[in-house]
Amino acid sequence: MKYSANSVWENNDNYDVVVIGAGHAGCEAALASARLGLRTICFTVSVNSIALMPCNPNIGGSSKGHLVRELDALGGEMGKVIDRTFIQSKMLNKSKGPAVHSLRAQADKEEYSRAMRQVLQNQENLDIKQMEVTDILTENGKITGVQTYSGAIYKCKSVVLCTGTYLRARCIYGEVSMNTGPNGLQPAKYLTECLKSLGIKMYRFKTGTPARIDKNSVDYSKMEEQFGDKRVVPFSFTTDPEDVQIDQASCWLTYTNENTHQIIRENLDRSPLFSGMIEGTGPRYCPSIEDKVVKFADKKRHQVFIEPEGLHTNEVYIGGMSSSLPEDVQYKMYRSVPGLEHAKIVRNAYAIEYDCIDARQLRPTLEFKQISGLFSGGQFNGSSGYEEAAAQGLVAGINAALKVLGREQLVLDRSEAYIGVLIDDLVTKESHEPYRMMTSRAEYRLLLRQDNADQRLTEIGHRIGLINDDRLNKLHEKIGMIDEEIKRLERTHVGTTEPVQKVLRDHGSTELISGTTLAEMIRRPELSYEALESIDPDRRQLPEDVIDQININIKYAGYISRQLRQVEQFKKLEYKKIPEDIDYNEIKSLRIEAKQKLTEFKPASIGQASRISGVSPADISVLLVYLSAH
Amino acid sequence: MPDRTIAAISTGMTSSGIGIVRMSGEESFQIIDRIYKGKEKLAEAPSHTIHYGFIRDGEEVIDEVLVMLMRGPRSFTGEDTVEINCHGGTFVVNRLLETVIKHGAKPAEPGEFTKRAFLNGRMDLSQAEAVIDVINSRNEYALKSSVGQLKGSVKKKITDIRNKIIYHTAFIETALDDPEHISVDGYGATLKLTVDEISAVLKDLIDSADDGRIMKEGIQTVIVGKPNAGKSSLLNVLAGKERAIVTDIAGTTRDTLEESIQLQGLCLNIIDTAGIRDTEDIIEKIGVDKAKQYARDADLIIYVVDSSRELDEDDKKIMDLIYDKKSIILLNKSDLDIIVTKEILQNEIKKCCNSDGNSEITIPMIEISAKEEQGIKLLENTLKSMFLHGEIDLNDEIYITNIRQKTALQEAYNSLQKVNESITENMPEDFYSIDLMDAYESLGSITGEAIGEDLVNEIFSKFCMGK
Repeated sequence: MKYSANSVWENNDNYDVVVIGAGHAGCEAALASARLGLRTICFTVSVNSIALMPCNPNIGGSSKGHLVRELDALGGEMGKVIDRTFIQSKMLNKSKGPAVHSLRAQADKEEYSRAMRQVLQNQENLDIKQMEVTDILTENGKITGVQTYSGAIYKCKSVVLCTGTYLRARCIYGEVSMNTGPNGLQPAKYLTECLKSLGIKMYRFKTGTPARIDKNSVDYSKMEEQFGDKRVVPFSFTTDPEDVQIDQASCWLTYTNENTHQIIRENLDRSPLFSGMIEGTGPRYCPSIEDKVVKFADKKRHQVFIEPEGLHTNEVYIGGMSSSLPEDVQYKMYRSVPGLEHAKIVRNAYAIEYDCIDARQLRPTLEFKQISGLFSGGQFNGSSGYEEAAAQGLVAGINAALKVLGREQLVLDRSEAYIGVLIDDLVTKESHEPYRMMTSRAEYRLLLRQDNADQRLTEIGHRIGLINDDRLNKLHEKIGMIDEEIKRLERTHVGTTEPVQKVLRDHGSTELISGTTLAEMIRRPELSYEALESIDPDRRQLPEDVIDQININIKYAGYISRQLRQVEQFKKLEYKKIPEDIDYNEIKSLRIEAKQKLTEFKPASIGQASRISGVSPADISVLLVYLSAH
Repeated sequence: MPDRTIAAISTGMTSSGIGIVRMSGEESFQIIDRIYKGKEKLAEAPSHTIHYGFIRDGEEVIDEVLVMLMRGPRSFTGEDTVEINCHGGTFVVNRLLETVIKHGAKPAEPGEFTKRAFLNGRMDLSQAEAVIDVINSRNEYALKSSVGQLKGSVKKKITDIRNKIIYHTAFIETALDDPEHISVDGYGATLKLTVDEISAVLKDLIDSADDGRIMKEGIQTVIVGKPNAGKSSLLNVLAGKERAIVTDIAGTTRDTLEESIQLQGLCLNIIDTAGIRDTEDIIEKIGVDKAKQYARDADLIIYVVDSSRELDEDDKKIMDLIYDKKSIILLNKSDLDIIVTKEILQNEIKKCCNSDGNSEITIPMIEISAKEEQGIKLLENTLKSMFLHGEIDLNDEIYITNIRQKTALQEAYNSLQKVNESITENMPEDFYSIDLMDAYESLGSITGEAIGEDLVNEIFSKFCMGK
């Protein structure tokens, strides 16, 4: 039961911003708001579970690594914390183009959580409160405060919802179903009803996690060892690269086999997915092992990664084998995998169902269109992943604060950041599964690289007030070095001298027929800035990251300028704003479907309107003409 | 970056004496200088002047023209505008438009000139409604003619190509997103095979687009005549194969038959109809009514008369149907004794005109023998000359649509060549996706399909991601 009338009281600590939830989104939101000088309180159902990683023990990965670096450039915390708490790190796709290089670090989960908790606890202007929020209080469509399970009322000006997977959460495997959040934590039972009464449309999504196994029961001799990179690159642009060269832990690779698949097939009828016990929609990109066996029946084996959960625990994460099969089947299934024959399961695999929203109810600022001052971020918005959550949490927290301050809101567009792509997709496109970031979703990915996130976003972070002058100055210095050196390379001519031809021969490149510039030579795939050192006596000592930028900018100049041209076209529509009071029914030449969609989702700009399914290019032309006449 | 320079035929495909191709956009002057041969460089010429010269595509001279220059904002669209006045006739005008596009312009979207004029403040705000209507009606029309008129076989080819492109792209992207589960190393060699294969198909499609063969539409030509006048024989001769069943029995063709044929570079969509006569036979009657319907909608009517038999009431009904339309009369069976002469027919036509108060109309008449294949050459030449002189009206939206589609095919082809370049230059695999998706998008514009979530859906449905 919620509070009784007698227990209602009003807290008078004068908070500006209330953040509900202290997962990866909530942490970033609360920190951003407090750092912008606003009195902030962050509610969580358990202080012990702040920044909990209830699923995989890693941060980053393809495109997710981009999100973390962007978040760092804007003044977020995740990158700094993982740099202090990682136990293995890899740059993925290193043999591919720079656009798809992506950092992925194994985290010591407990350390990560503890380190983040400390940052929150020591943050000025930020209070932490263990308590379930049950009601959002509004007046005339504006936020006035929140009320807790205990009956306390906290007045505030902005609220950020970051409830993750906790709303009416239910964990399931086999016929066993528990009304708990992840890891058996207390769910948030009441907020959904309140949100519905505010007119917010809810979805029910599902996701899952594999079992955790005691590492002493694992036979690693039957598996392939997976090492981290020799030279580790930090996530945060503020971390000294020398500080992250640590002794790294290993992961291990093994495979499922026909026997595993047979066990799964024989027990499919006992899966809650097939029995209809699970009603939520699960993600297609992160299928449970039973999904994989059914859908990709011709695959003889699937990879299984054994990843440590931390240095101070014996639990290991069984990557690739999430499941909601009954407990007895889980034992059989895991034990059919080479190296896991004697596996002791510490925590069962399970599927989890939770309430979230149709994020098309949000503006690109992550504020609800119909409730002024109510923001939301993270899995509550229908995304998945720690990094996606953190990125949205940061933006929602920043905007909740900027709103109170009466300052202009932050919107990153699709050409500026993966964060922009993520939020635009969430608030624009219809989705019936948890949304995962992917590099293929970013149409300008050659520009949105993880290596230049600082160049793209530090200035914005500084303008907002989360990046200090010192950091901005350092960035300007770096950009200065890059530009200057590229200019010098473009100016410096080399002739067909023997030392030059020798360098070319040594690198398997064809010899020069006539003179050229150093920049032209760097453009050759087999050459690089570093390769030309011996024939370039005038060069000065430059930092690693500056040299990387020089190579990338010279080698891919053609592709980069092509995308820059596309971005110019894109921006034209993106910055044509649509007034909020527009009446689409008045524009008689719009097709009915377009009228309905536009009326329902109220896009902020012509660009956003053009990405709504059911709105055609002709509708956009009509809209453009209409807007310029009114 | 400003909007791309657009081009279109602004006179419509009518029989007017001159045709005008119009370009609008920042590059208009550069593009015209690439193809214009005259006394001066037009980029340096003053605004609002007219220049005499020739338009050339490489070595080939397309036409003798007058070029009118208008610099923005003092032009209809408010942008730099160039109007090329050439000799009328669909063939020349069309060729001119293609040349302009080949040298950098983009085929205008329906209503785009008007839209630009409005958005650049060159039209009164009160005209917004009218502008919107123009965009709308043009779009509806274009949609109908672009997707609807695409030949089924062409649509299938493009769909197949798109499926292949998206499959390979999805594979690459899955591997990039999940590099520890899937490796894309060395995929260039595999991909190149597919790219070469689909490039060849695209090349064929581009070539056939030159003859308008990717569109159903050509000159809608209907063959009419009394039963057993030899209509089907004519169709067979023109099509060069036994398309229609030919017998001596009147009324053999009961339904209409369609055949698309090429005559000296012209595309004729020929419809053979049931012979027109008063009939009690219900099935034949339906055929006859259909024939009349087709004749009303046609661009051109070929009326086949059996010159070995006297004209009768049925012939007169046909003449009533055709005398005020673009038509050719063929006096068939010239190999037999001729009873109906050109003079007799001319008189009958005159009667129709007079009863209508119409001034005199001359319809080309040609004696042929479909059976002996005599007079066919003359028919072809007559057709071509009518077409070149713009006497046969065409639906211009079809033409611009064809050009838009050809441009899209060409763009897709170019994107695929870039993929091949990236493969040859050993670029990393993620660069392939960019050009592959460009090709995918270009081809989608032909079949009227947007990209949407296609790639993500393909990734999830075809490939197994880890975790």
